[in-house]
Amino acid sequence: MRSLTKHALFWPLFALVLLLVVNVIATPSFFSIRVQDGHLYGSLIDILRNGAPTLLIALGMTLVIATRGIDLSVGAIVAISGAVACTYMAGSPDESTAGRAIVAMSMAVGVSILLGLWNGFLVSVLGIQPIIATLVLMTAGRGLAMLITDGQITTVNNAAFKKVGAGFVMGLPVAILIALAVFAITALLTRRTALGMLIEAVGINPEASRLAGVRARTITWTVYVFVAFCAGIAGLMIASNTSAADANSAGLWIELDAILAVVIGGTSLAGGRFSLTGTLIGAMFIQTLATTIPTIGIPAETNYLFKAVAVIAVCLLQSPKARAALSVRRTSSLHAKGASA
Amino acid sequence: MTAEAAQATRTQPVVEVSGVSVSFPGVKALQSVGLTLWPGEVHALMGENGAGKSTLIKALTGVYSIDEGTILVGGEERTFHSPAESQAAGISTVYQEINLCTNLTVAENMMLGREPRSFGRIDTREMNRRAGDVLTRLGLELDPKSQLGTHPIAIQQLVAIARAVDIDAELLILDEPTSSLDADEVAKLFEVMRTLRTNGVAIVFVSHFLDQVFEVSDRMTVLRNGQFVGEYVTADTTQLEVVRAMIGRELETLEKIEQAAEEHTVKAQGAPLLEVLQLGRKGSVEAVDLQVFEGEVIGVAGLLGSGRTELARLLFGADTADNGDMRVRSKHTKLRTPRQAIDQKIAFSSENRRSEGVIEDLSIADNMVLAMQASRGWLRPIPAKTKDRLVRKYIEALDIRPADPQALMRNLSGGNQQKVLLARWLITEPELLILDEPTRGIDIGAKAQIQQLVADLAKDGMSVVFISAELEEVLRLSDRLVVMRDRRKIDERANEDVSVSDVLEIIAGEVRADA
Amino acid sequence: MSAQAPTIKDLGSSLPDSIRRFTPPPRFYPVIATFALFIGMFGAGSIRYEGFSSPQTVLSVLVDNSFLIVLAVGMTFVILTGGIDLSVGSVVALSTMIAASTLRAGWSAPLVVVAVLLTGSVLGLLMGLVIHYFEIQPFIVTLAGMFLARGLCYVISLESIPIKNETFTSFASGTIELGDYFITPSVVVALIVLVIAAVVLHMTRFGRTVYAVGGSEQSALLMGLAVARTKVGVYVISGFCSALAGLLFSIYTLSGYNLGAVGMELDAIAAVVIGGTLLTGGSGLVLGSAVGVLVLGLIQSFISFDGTLSSWWTKITIGVLLLVFVLIQRLFTRRAV
Repeated sequence: MRSLTKHALFWPLFALVLLLVVNVIATPSFFSIRVQDGHLYGSLIDILRNGAPTLLIALGMTLVIATRGIDLSVGAIVAISGAVACTYMAGSPDESTAGRAIVAMSMAVGVSILLGLWNGFLVSVLGIQPIIATLVLMTAGRGLAMLITDGQITTVNNAAFKKVGAGFVMGLPVAILIALAVFAITALLTRRTALGMLIEAVGINPEASRLAGVRARTITWTVYVFVAFCAGIAGLMIASNTSAADANSAGLWIELDAILAVVIGGTSLAGGRFSLTGTLIGAMFIQTLATTIPTIGIPAETNYLFKAVAVIAVCLLQSPKARAALSVRRTSSLHAKGASA
Repeated sequence: MTAEAAQATRTQPVVEVSGVSVSFPGVKALQSVGLTLWPGEVHALMGENGAGKSTLIKALTGVYSIDEGTILVGGEERTFHSPAESQAAGISTVYQEINLCTNLTVAENMMLGREPRSFGRIDTREMNRRAGDVLTRLGLELDPKSQLGTHPIAIQQLVAIARAVDIDAELLILDEPTSSLDADEVAKLFEVMRTLRTNGVAIVFVSHFLDQVFEVSDRMTVLRNGQFVGEYVTADTTQLEVVRAMIGRELETLEKIEQAAEEHTVKAQGAPLLEVLQLGRKGSVEAVDLQVFEGEVIGVAGLLGSGRTELARLLFGADTADNGDMRVRSKHTKLRTPRQAIDQKIAFSSENRRSEGVIEDLSIADNMVLAMQASRGWLRPIPAKTKDRLVRKYIEALDIRPADPQALMRNLSGGNQQKVLLARWLITEPELLILDEPTRGIDIGAKAQIQQLVADLAKDGMSVVFISAELEEVLRLSDRLVVMRDRRKIDERANEDVSVSDVLEIIAGEVRADA
Repeated sequence: MSAQAPTIKDLGSSLPDSIRRFTPPPRFYPVIATFALFIGMFGAGSIRYEGFSSPQTVLSVLVDNSFLIVLAVGMTFVILTGGIDLSVGSVVALSTMIAASTLRAGWSAPLVVVAVLLTGSVLGLLMGLVIHYFEIQPFIVTLAGMFLARGLCYVISLESIPIKNETFTSFASGTIELGDYFITPSVVVALIVLVIAAVVLHMTRFGRTVYAVGGSEQSALLMGLAVARTKVGVYVISGFCSALAGLLFSIYTLSGYNLGAVGMELDAIAAVVIGGTLLTGGSGLVLGSAVGVLVLGLIQSFISFDGTLSSWWTKITIGVLLLVFVLIQRLFTRRAV
């Protein structure tokens, strides 16, 4: 039991399971999944689908955080990506063709990657602290998105585009499939190539890595491009779900949720070892929490309160200082027991 | 003894440390060390890197807490929990790394924490005036209102000392205060120290410059490997005796080691693998000439701060040389990054295992293949089988424990970590291996294994630059010997009939090498 | 941009010699740069738009941003130590909610003010303690604080609550005439906070320790300074300032609104950076942060005077200014190293 609780993913998983149990008690039909028109429906499916954009971004964020960095601009990139795709489609004569949708989405992802290159350049080449470097785009990004949409909520009518966020393939929502595919690809890229190890090495000890010949700069740059790529896809998902680009509110505060997902999943903000599975659990936890609160009769808005408690609890569990304080109390109580026996 | 006669006239020591032990996880940094400081004396604290000088100072000033032992200040037992508490008790410290705030003014840095105040607010004019007075007294022409960061490091060091002087300390601790000063500045500092001594202040002076220690100190205490070696009166001892005490002869080590490496040959045939001419970098090493031939072990001897580490870093491109020429395999080469050196089949194991070598949270296996993986690029991972084979091979060959490839590096002992780092470089099959203090702080068994390994590698044709503070080890392994002192190469000779005391004399500067 | 160059030149040549010969200490350079930017913008606006050149334009910027000045002052303390406080926007919202709900419950105005300020300070204290004693990054702790405060807003009420208390409304409608122009009492409060902050930072040991900790925490510790007290203290100050800004904001809007002040922490951080404070800590002036707020406010005025410029240019301009200042900072810190 002791060794189980010591496993890195024990507490995040425990919290997630606890939430699910609470849900089942509140609504016994929580786990039931029904098939309608060949599509799967149910609370669990909803959680997965609504959590897909956060999960996507959190995956990229995990790698950024592993290199001791952070990216605050992903929410803005979400808005820009949606804006680029929708504005392009809305402005073309054959708005509703699949070809148009593909070109639009490629453009959106392309722009996102450019923004990632920009962030990566500021951080890895100019050596600006990640939090400040990405703050620039976080501030200006939504303005840029509004510039693209001309301040309007741009709606599009394109069946192919609609599929990305709201469609189904083989009974499953496309958004879930995309998120899981990116998860699998990220896992493969980091664990089947040497990328994961090199990212961790750079995050744990940059100087030792440099002396071992690791190209730290390229690696840092790459992770910022990757997280921007993820944010671009997430932006398409969100825009597709509503068939509209809302530069103001698309992906608002998603960077914070993504960072929370990473932290809850056990990856330290100090960089180093990362866990993509942990991030998956973290993202699911956040989405389940958002679903649970109204289900059990608490106003949905107080969700924030529980998020705060979850973050602090997880951080304290991870903090060496807090652990030391806890274990001192534990061992001293053991001593006391020993003395009385 | 003259010191005893002098002591008789004094009432009691300013500070008396006895039986102090300090340990960090897995390391006993200090074992039952004593230090007695009398008013009006300059007391040098001597020892090699890792001997425990800094630890002793930090234990004395409340940065580290002590496990055992007592600290008497003015005859009273005290326990300090923070530098603030020791400062309040009259102990003032100038640390090796300048611990000032470059973003503040000179006066603020001198007065922080005890600024003159009137009506609860800082009296800036009075503060600047007082700081100016102290600076003038020390013969420093500095504007107290100027920002500290705008001054060169040497001046900042003097400001740090000025701060300490102004505290009205009974004990002033100077940890390597002269490492960044030039001759004039050192003279100025010594003048200040002598003035303070006359006023009855006790001064602890830590320096690796022997000449300076002998010029300014009255007595000295030598530490080695966290233990007290001896206390000497400066006037009654020689540089040779002190160096011997600092470096020590580890006879036990000697006996345990096979004598395989005893045959030394001069291998200066054909073109050298590596050749540097007047290679140097401002503030770290001055113009060094050096040739390394295939299959040759070059031993580099010298005390801490002699330039031995700095030379190694230049040869590897960890720092960039700002003058001189380098040829690798007769081809003109300039190394700007470690990566370029690795591409030239050069490897370097740093003396700072923890900060520049080990990736603590990764496994033994990942740590071992890091350098090889880095040069392959991330897209071409080392196949699992190859990785497994290499890792197992080196775990066995170097007798690494635990023999579990997945064990985390942070859980290994120093000796085993060092072996993993050696394996990291051996896997890249280098032609020149630069080892900086590969055996420091590791147990005797591991030490012997590493020495044996170096000898075997050289026999197989690898060139090795072997840097160590332990002369026995350097002499045992090297074919040719290079001696560094004061950031310069002062001697180079074939390792034929060279004894430890010969080298000690060269280092101590008693024999001028007629190169 | 082309319009501002001659303006500065004219200004320079008309200065009396005694002022021109005076060279200010380097730590004022960033503030002077920001102030020059402000003057330049004001000059450009005056040339371009009718009525812009009136002093009331600047005074209105002050009136509309008094709460942001208070917020930026608190943020400056935190950033000077090398930390960051993301919770300030939410604490502003929470403060408006507490004020509005307690006033509705019939508490007296002074009691409400005390309660709000106390809540903000305690929140800051808690965050500071966690940051210092458990060594968790300020970013994540204050992020949790941000969520906590926002969540508490909704616990108090899910709807916005109007403020009808006489003391508050009279304070809100009060103006202070300056000749033909006017400011509000809130501006006076903000300026008093600014002056007190400047005095604390430059004339007390606490203030100097703030700079020392930001310069090098390790050094400050070895110099025997009260690092723990200082590090926790700046978060208390930031919490207090957020609560005070919340009070000013509730007076400005005369309501408690749980969705209010979203993203205001970013405005505060932007103002601090544009005002010349290094985000790595150790260098900067509260005066700069106040000028930074004025620059942000003037961008708004620009856009409202123009009428054809869209609102999103505000964000883009702030982003570009941030970038420029961050790059300049980077250049300076590199040179220092």
